[in-house]
Amino acid sequence: MIDFAFLSDTFLKLSAALPVTLGLFISAFLCGGVLAVGILALSAFARGYILVFRGSPLMIQLFLIYYGLGQFGVIRHSVFWPFLREPFTCAVLALSLCTAAYTAEILRGALLAVPPGQVEAGMACGMSRGLLLRRIIAPVMLRYALPAYSTEAILLVKSTALASLVTVWDVTGVAQQIIQRTYRTMEVFLCAAAIYLILNFIIVQLYALLERRLTPVHKAEKKPSPAAKRLSPEENKHV
Amino acid sequence: MISLLSFGPDGWGRLILSATLTTLLLSFSALLVGAVVGSGVAAAKLSSHRAVRWLGESYSVIFRGIPELLVIYLFYFGGSGLITQIGQLFGADGFIEAPPFLIGALAIGLISGSYQAEVYRAARLALAKGEIEAAVAIGMPRWRIRQRILLPQVARYALPGLSNVWQMSLKDSALVSVTGIVELMRASQIAAGSTRDYFSFYLVGGACYLLLTLLSNRAFLRAESRLGRAWQSRTAAQH
Repeated sequence: MIDFAFLSDTFLKLSAALPVTLGLFISAFLCGGVLAVGILALSAFARGYILVFRGSPLMIQLFLIYYGLGQFGVIRHSVFWPFLREPFTCAVLALSLCTAAYTAEILRGALLAVPPGQVEAGMACGMSRGLLLRRIIAPVMLRYALPAYSTEAILLVKSTALASLVTVWDVTGVAQQIIQRTYRTMEVFLCAAAIYLILNFIIVQLYALLERRLTPVHKAEKKPSPAAKRLSPEENKHV
Repeated sequence: MISLLSFGPDGWGRLILSATLTTLLLSFSALLVGAVVGSGVAAAKLSSHRAVRWLGESYSVIFRGIPELLVIYLFYFGGSGLITQIGQLFGADGFIEAPPFLIGALAIGLISGSYQAEVYRAARLALAKGEIEAAVAIGMPRWRIRQRILLPQVARYALPGLSNVWQMSLKDSALVSVTGIVELMRASQIAAGSTRDYFSFYLVGGACYLLLTLLSNRAFLRAESRLGRAWQSRTAAQH
């Protein structure tokens, strides 16, 4: 009943498309993060931007960029055209613009969660604005934003599947290619689903690791003071 | 531009308006499907049996970890395959297509259900334990506790989260356009393709989605303040 040879073959073929999916994810993740910080800095502009990009589906944003921009001669003759002509860069652009809106909202929430006392204490010590941002606000913000940011990363991985609609050969796109040749829809799509699940699982684990690293309580447990070391050398070996 | 959007025989206004209604209907059906599934999954996750809890957890992992587009493809092709096989049992031959609206509502509904489950679970956990104990102490039967204590309060706690899930379903419904239902996304594609004016029509489609999210956001805020009013007057009476 279950054709394992076909399944493993499909799995390998789909895995070959993983670099494209990962490329989409990583470039959109980085560009989106940078954009989000930029958006956050322009507070008046931020509200409108977040409203528009969170209020409409990514699919329509993607199609607007991929199909819509090309109809203007100004853009076709501009320096950006070699980039906007490529489906991959269009997909990255749409994904980054969309994820930036969500990320900006997460960062805003994290910024509001930074305890004002810590900022005031920094100011009282005579820290400059840059130093305050680097030493107090940014690290605390990062820690607060992390759980929501991991959710956003998962959503972004799932969104990369949309790129297949504008002829990017990512995992979903290649799955459709295989189906057109073999007509075995369920097996191929299930294989693709498994790949996305594994990818998301890895990302969740990475975030959990980062979260553990950035939580000071656990750090203290990992690095016992010299006094504690002297008291119980046996126990510390296991920690 | 204006003439393109008119309601006359040459305009696309009628198509876009009816498609907007289809989108609303589709998202609403998905919300209902998701409410049924989501409350079941939430109950499973809060269950005292380990196996049932595990089932609930796996549902969440699967439906929140696979791209929405793949879920829709899987349901569309899987559903059509199933119906074709049933058709063959009754002597029909050839491929029978699954009704796209039903498949779309089901696929989006099950995704929405995985997110709604989290909302209901959090709402149930936010409920004070003493209230249930008090109801048990005065001898309320279980179904009445559910009806008078659990449901009204869980509904109130869940409302803000439900608003988010609804907006997510509204945007996910755009993906159902790949199965050929003429909802807002598909209508924009049709109009854009036949007039070659991609930019304007995708912009109009996006604006319609934005309008829907803004209006539903307002509706949810109203519902929240309505439910909150009953809440406030009761707590005010107590003090």
